[in-house]
Amino acid sequence: MRFLGYTLGDESVPAPPPTPELMDKMGSFMEEATTAGVIVATGGIAPTAMGAKISLKDGEFTVVDGPFTEAKELVGGWALLECRDLDEAVEWSKRFVAVLGEGEVRVRPVFGPE
Amino acid sequence: MATDPTAAIEAVFRIEFPRLVAGLARYVHDLGLAEESAQDALVDALRQWPQEGTPRNPGAWLMTVAKRKAIDRVRREVALEGKRSQISWALPPGDDPFPVEMAEDEIGDDRLRLIFVACHPVLPVPARVALTLRLLGGLTTAEIARAYLQQESTIAQRIVRAKKTIAQAGVPFEVPGGEDRAARLGSVLEVIYLIFNEGYSATAGEAWLRPDLCAEALRLGRLLAALAPDEPEVHGLLGLIEIQSSRLDARVGAGGRPVLLLDQDRRKWDRLLIHRGLSSLARAERVGAVPGPYALQAAIAACHARAARAEDTDWCELVARYDQLAVTTPSPIVELNRAVAVSMAAGPLVALQLVDQLRDTQTLDRYHLLHSVRADLLARLDRPAEAQAEFELAASLAGNEQERQLSKDRARATAQVAQRARQ
Repeated sequence: MRFLGYTLGDESVPAPPPTPELMDKMGSFMEEATTAGVIVATGGIAPTAMGAKISLKDGEFTVVDGPFTEAKELVGGWALLECRDLDEAVEWSKRFVAVLGEGEVRVRPVFGPE
Repeated sequence: MATDPTAAIEAVFRIEFPRLVAGLARYVHDLGLAEESAQDALVDALRQWPQEGTPRNPGAWLMTVAKRKAIDRVRREVALEGKRSQISWALPPGDDPFPVEMAEDEIGDDRLRLIFVACHPVLPVPARVALTLRLLGGLTTAEIARAYLQQESTIAQRIVRAKKTIAQAGVPFEVPGGEDRAARLGSVLEVIYLIFNEGYSATAGEAWLRPDLCAEALRLGRLLAALAPDEPEVHGLLGLIEIQSSRLDARVGAGGRPVLLLDQDRRKWDRLLIHRGLSSLARAERVGAVPGPYALQAAIAACHARAARAEDTDWCELVARYDQLAVTTPSPIVELNRAVAVSMAAGPLVALQLVDQLRDTQTLDRYHLLHSVRADLLARLDRPAEAQAEFELAASLAGNEQERQLSKDRARATAQVAQRARQ
């Protein structure tokens, strides 16, 4: 089963840049999860200030420049995981957030091919 | 439920299991003892973690406890027998005969050793498959039995016997080097490919696909590719199964019937897996001087993956790849597949001649796909009566129910064409 895991946060609270130690630990974690065949794709997400919001209502497009943080937004990164079940995806997510030290990660099944 | 504590602990255990068994096996040189000790550690975790909380590093916790359990088991055995006859491992003095931290980086990953041991040629192929799924996939015997439509006791016995055979043969717990390596690696790749294939087109039973087996094979292939990055055929195999997996969703139609490659809705192909497969293939071609059989099969799969529509397929390229494959690994199955490619590049008549030559050798008489390929070519050549007979023969030889039904459906369809032609 495929899952999307992503970090959530409040963009308005400035986060300190990652220390070399954190980068190193994160690198080891990513390597481990990739070796295990669990992480199949991953990416980083830029702040909403660099993006845009697009909506369509009554045939009219509205495009708004970022930032558009209402509450918590996807910040930092995302990963597509392939795990046997949600329990395994949760365990890998725990390990990920443990590397960060603290934070919030969400993991959701992705519909589609097995 | 993600909040069920037992399920959470079991998930940790499944993730850690291959590492645990591999790490223990390096020390105790006994797969059975390694597996049982790992299992003992799970029992402790299930008892302790809900009360005392999950340890910060659950993997290390499990390894420490499992090591202790292994020592306990050996000591019990020694006390019972008054000697160490059964254990081919001398217990060093002191409470902890194991180094505190296993220095994995110095000696490579234990899981790589374990996969070479589990796939050792001293074992019959079904035993290699079962042992690999058990120890490296972390599947239970019940899960393996379900996947292979076998009794659980059959699989359990197979695994017990396999572990005994490994012990009796004194198979060293190491990654083979030198001349032995290529053959041993071949055995590992074969096991992974067999697991994949059983998931991709089940040889028996009602369902044609068992996606769980494909997923296990992918996991094993990815693990192997990470642990043996310099082996071109590892990447070749991984490329092949990533690309083939991309089609799983498009491969079955209404009522679970197989949908043939050229009839598939390619919008259902998984782009991510195609992308990963093509990357693995590129890697195989970069690492290897001459493409091996898996890299060639991956290249064949890639020809299809690159074509947005069936009619965009580069058939000449495909035939050229099959030509190479026929030289590298000559086999009637390769010839049969090559004939299919030829039928698209040069028409069904030339292909039928190839298939008939193959039929004359009588090596594939009982192989249902020889007859369904021949039937398809006859149908394309407007020879429906002969096509119908071949489809019926194919149906009678297919072991899988869905494949049998597909051939029956096609036999019926050609029968109608034949009847119309007579009118």
